[in-house]
Amino acid sequence: MEEFRMTFPASQRVRRRAHVGVVSSGDLELLLEPGNADEAIVVVQTKVSGYRKIWETLLKRFFERHAFIVSVEIRDGGATPGTVWLRLEQGMELAVEDRADE
Amino acid sequence: MSKQTWLKNASFTELTPRERLDALLGGSSRELLGPFARVSSPWLALQGLMAQTDDGVIVGTGVFAERPMVVAAIEPAFEGGSIGEVGGTKIATMLELAAESCRDGVPIAALLLIESGGVRLGEANLGLSAIARIQRAIVALRQLAPVVALVAGPTGCFGGMSLAVELCSQIVGTKHGRLGMNGPEVIEQEAGADEIDSTDRRQIWKLIGCEARLRDGFIDFLAEDTAESVATELQKAFECPLRSPQRIADAYQRLLQLREAQRGQDESNSARSYAKSNEQIDTEGQRL
Repeated sequence: MEEFRMTFPASQRVRRRAHVGVVSSGDLELLLEPGNADEAIVVVQTKVSGYRKIWETLLKRFFERHAFIVSVEIRDGGATPGTVWLRLEQGMELAVEDRADE
Repeated sequence: MSKQTWLKNASFTELTPRERLDALLGGSSRELLGPFARVSSPWLALQGLMAQTDDGVIVGTGVFAERPMVVAAIEPAFEGGSIGEVGGTKIATMLELAAESCRDGVPIAALLLIESGGVRLGEANLGLSAIARIQRAIVALRQLAPVVALVAGPTGCFGGMSLAVELCSQIVGTKHGRLGMNGPEVIEQEAGADEIDSTDRRQIWKLIGCEARLRDGFIDFLAEDTAESVATELQKAFECPLRSPQRIADAYQRLLQLREAQRGQDESNSARSYAKSNEQIDTEGQRL
């Protein structure tokens, strides 16, 4: 079990919070909330220790492409980098989408 | 294609629990104590396991078939849909509040989407006690409003939660669902592959699949694997008259028949032990 917190520069606002995924083998749970200031804050809790470098690389690349001002909490059950990326994109999509009821 | 159209036509068992509730309740569903409330199990981290923020149990309110109700759905992908202290308490409290509302003159029914391996072994007595509370709450509420259970997906419903489901007013299954006390994986592990081969899906579903369970009188309705069909069967279930479940009366009848059969077989055995077991069956029957 390992936990770390990272920040990345960000500039775009999101509309709302979002929750995707589930803590299970090969997947993760992601909670995303609109953030403050000009940064994205990511807290990762992972079952699999020793992969901090890969998390850092992946998250850095993600927020270079999608510079959203968010606070993200990840509870990882052993997701592959590809799954992590997809879950992040899914969360962002929900956080920015237009909704008829708003 | 709009989200609601997609939900209607997709395989119901492949939807996540939140999507299932969405598909059945539409816009009326409202989650309570959701992931952002961060009410998760304090016990998992101590065992080196990752907790989930909703403890794998979604509870809320909604309207189905023009009836206000409380709803619960279990996430089978998290820890096998097991019931721990937190998730179990969420369901039990929800049912208790519904019963309280019924007694105050505002009837609230209950819909339980149960896919669970039973108690979460790592939370031991706390999980068991939560399941006991759920069972007590179901029995209390079903006298005031319908409590309908749905066993949809292949994870199935086992252990204490299978007992909880059997206590409900009506049970709906799909042919992908399965229902039993000990799951095939557990039986194989305990008694060996000669007893049961848990990888033999055909045999397992023939024994404990919801189709077989309907035939044998353990569930009441069988739905196809679409939200539309599930909704139709659930609607029938909610329209049933409020009374003690027929399944339980039938099980009691089966017990009586067994007693008769056994009596014929073992006339020579001690009459006293029979008298004692008969007495037990009678008290059970009266209680039901």
